[in-house]
Amino acid sequence: MLSVEGLTKRFGTLVANDAVDLVIKPGEIHALLGENGAGKSTFVKMLFGSLRPDAGVIRWEGNPVSIETPGEARALGIGMVFQHFSLFEALTAGENIALAFEGGGTGHGAIGARAREVSETYGLPIDPDALVGELSVGERQRIEIVRCLMQDPKLIILDEPTSVLTPQEAEKLFETLERLKSEGRSVLYISHRLDEVRRLCDSATVLRHGRVVAHCTPSEETAGSLAAMMVGEEVEGFSRASAAVDHASDRAVLRLNGLSLPAASPFAVPLKDIDLTVPAGMVIGIAGVAGNGQGELFEALSGEVLQNRADMVSIDGSAAGHMDIEERRALGAAFVPEERLGHGAAPAMALTDNLFLSRHGTDSALFTGTLGSILKNKLKAVAAHISETMDVRKGAPDPHASALSGGNLQKYLVGRELDREPLLIIVNQPTWGVDAGAAARIRGALANVARRGGAVLAISQDLDELFEIADAIAVMHHGRMSRPIPIEEATREKIGLLMGGADPDHAELAEMQA
Amino acid sequence: MLEAILISIATAATPLFLAAIGELVAERAGVLNLGVEGMMAMGAVTGFGVGLATGSPAIGALAAIVVGAVFSQLFAFLTLTLASNQVATGLALTLLGLGISGQIGEAYVGQPGIRMGPVFLGLDPIFWFSLLLLVAVAWFLFHTKPGLKIRAVGDSHVSAHALGVPVIAIRYGAVAFGGACAGLAGAYLSLVYTPQWVEAMTSGRGWIALALVVFASWRPVRVLVGAWLFGAITIGQLQVQAMSLSTITGLPAPFDSIVGALKAVPSQFLSSLPYLATVLVLVLISRNRRLALVNTPASLGQPFVPDR
Repeated sequence: MLSVEGLTKRFGTLVANDAVDLVIKPGEIHALLGENGAGKSTFVKMLFGSLRPDAGVIRWEGNPVSIETPGEARALGIGMVFQHFSLFEALTAGENIALAFEGGGTGHGAIGARAREVSETYGLPIDPDALVGELSVGERQRIEIVRCLMQDPKLIILDEPTSVLTPQEAEKLFETLERLKSEGRSVLYISHRLDEVRRLCDSATVLRHGRVVAHCTPSEETAGSLAAMMVGEEVEGFSRASAAVDHASDRAVLRLNGLSLPAASPFAVPLKDIDLTVPAGMVIGIAGVAGNGQGELFEALSGEVLQNRADMVSIDGSAAGHMDIEERRALGAAFVPEERLGHGAAPAMALTDNLFLSRHGTDSALFTGTLGSILKNKLKAVAAHISETMDVRKGAPDPHASALSGGNLQKYLVGRELDREPLLIIVNQPTWGVDAGAAARIRGALANVARRGGAVLAISQDLDELFEIADAIAVMHHGRMSRPIPIEEATREKIGLLMGGADPDHAELAEMQA
Repeated sequence: MLEAILISIATAATPLFLAAIGELVAERAGVLNLGVEGMMAMGAVTGFGVGLATGSPAIGALAAIVVGAVFSQLFAFLTLTLASNQVATGLALTLLGLGISGQIGEAYVGQPGIRMGPVFLGLDPIFWFSLLLLVAVAWFLFHTKPGLKIRAVGDSHVSAHALGVPVIAIRYGAVAFGGACAGLAGAYLSLVYTPQWVEAMTSGRGWIALALVVFASWRPVRVLVGAWLFGAITIGQLQVQAMSLSTITGLPAPFDSIVGALKAVPSQFLSSLPYLATVLVLVLISRNRRLALVNTPASLGQPFVPDR
């Protein structure tokens, strides 16, 4: 069906893809595995005509082709379901679909009818008149898939399709993929979730640092051997904080008492009556499908958005609902937001400057001299210490934040907050887009906070991560939060049902019946 | 009397509406062109000059459309092809347009212009054309495929590019349409509103048009409402100012005191009234945040550089 030889793409001095070879047979599901930054996205963008290769040949059904635009890719029979960035939030589902087709109307006439037909055939329900900005991520993905299938593609590229789905939604997707396979279509499945790949895929190509390191049959490999191929080394194990010592106390470091927050924009999620206690010595995980209020929760907790009642948020016993970020930090809290550049760090400023920006209030005695002058040498010493403890790899002694890779910057940001030895650390997506080695280090550092007697609130879409580090998992859905489920009682099924909106008692009932 | 007032309101509103509807299309495609004032000035001097030379106001107006569109392509080349900052480039375009038009127009100062007369119900052809334009733009943007593409490009140029929509080409087109409309709006000033040439005769109308687009939350019909409101209050306050200069006496009791009260209002306040009232009313009708955000082009003003 498709074969690729020696495909190479350079961005400046960085070789994003270095002589990549890959063969996809008709009617197979082929996995493209790799860490973040391994070059998977660059590779598929070249297949789909969004990027132009510097060298190499793409053969489609045996003939060399040059794919200049996404339109040409579609004409050949290549369809793509993007992970992000290809739906228009301010347009309706029907309009979004119509945009992918030449000619025709705006999603109400023939194209709308065809969309309904495809959505019924493949069991992918969509509402053509719904505004995309108001849909859940799973619903948006269905629109993408329907749009892709309407072009009757022979090869379908899916980029990290399950990263935004509940386990149950993912199951539905797998059924759809099996069905496409039975129709003789090929699928290129990009993922770093090894269990899925082993279950679903017929063959796999593993990328590391832009190079192909292996072609293999996933069902013959173990998750461990696949991970070793992706990372290139054994990933160090991790032990849960509470598993080591029993130090959980009754001291409530963070207490949410009926936390409610109206939506700030039409596409935001209102928080509804959230109660939660994070005791000292514990790691509480917050699970949930993206866009169910996790971002809003983080903003409310960090003080970016203030609360109506001061006692909605208490930090170490003090009502903090009316306090700003700096005042909350003074109570011992530390925050690591999801968005590293622009939120966690000022991109065009040096690491030492970024250190000063988040610590000048709490550590003014340490970092400022007479008349408020900044003590550069102190900053450099602390920044160097953080880089050393967190293994931050950087090209210059004090580079701009934007010059660091995602994983290294995240290590620096987590290290910056932990260096204060905070009583409470609240992290949103602690290891999103971070390679396995860096992720293990960040998770270990968070567990250490709990070991020391602090408290950790980790908001994450990555269930594996939460099962690894959390002592209890609460689930957010449509701005509400379930009670925290102790890790001994938590199963993927139960958490998955909660992520899909089942009420907690019902989830337990369903499990008992099963 | 009422008819005359309505006609003068329509005449005051039309240049604002024309400039604003063009800018609306450009902004729907994600391009913020602050050069409206400059493009209007170019249109005004072109309309006046060509009208005078050919003796035909229609040819003058057509020439202004062409000059507005061509002039806007300078902005398009700088911001779209060279990805320069849209705000700074737009401001430069305004200064350039005012400067060039002043230079060209030096010869026309004090010359009696040529006037485009009424054709129907006491109103000129460009007014009637502007109403057609409203219907056409609203239909085009919301019911045709190219209109959908314009809105898509304005919402997310990254997504549009990924789907194979030609982002830069569509933006060139939208900017050209905006330029053409601004050129016509300028010609309206020098051919219909006050048929003569005065340097900088646009007197800030381009900026009002820009504000109208935002406060109308990028909806064509609301732009018309805003332009008419502005026109109505402009004419209304002129009437009041005229009244306070006249010496009307012997009115029945209530009218007498109203006229007295109006006379006490400072004329500066009356002159600022159209600006205040238009902004206030449009803010009130656009206070539905959901609708406002859905209609706001999300990638407005952001340069697009496709990575290849």
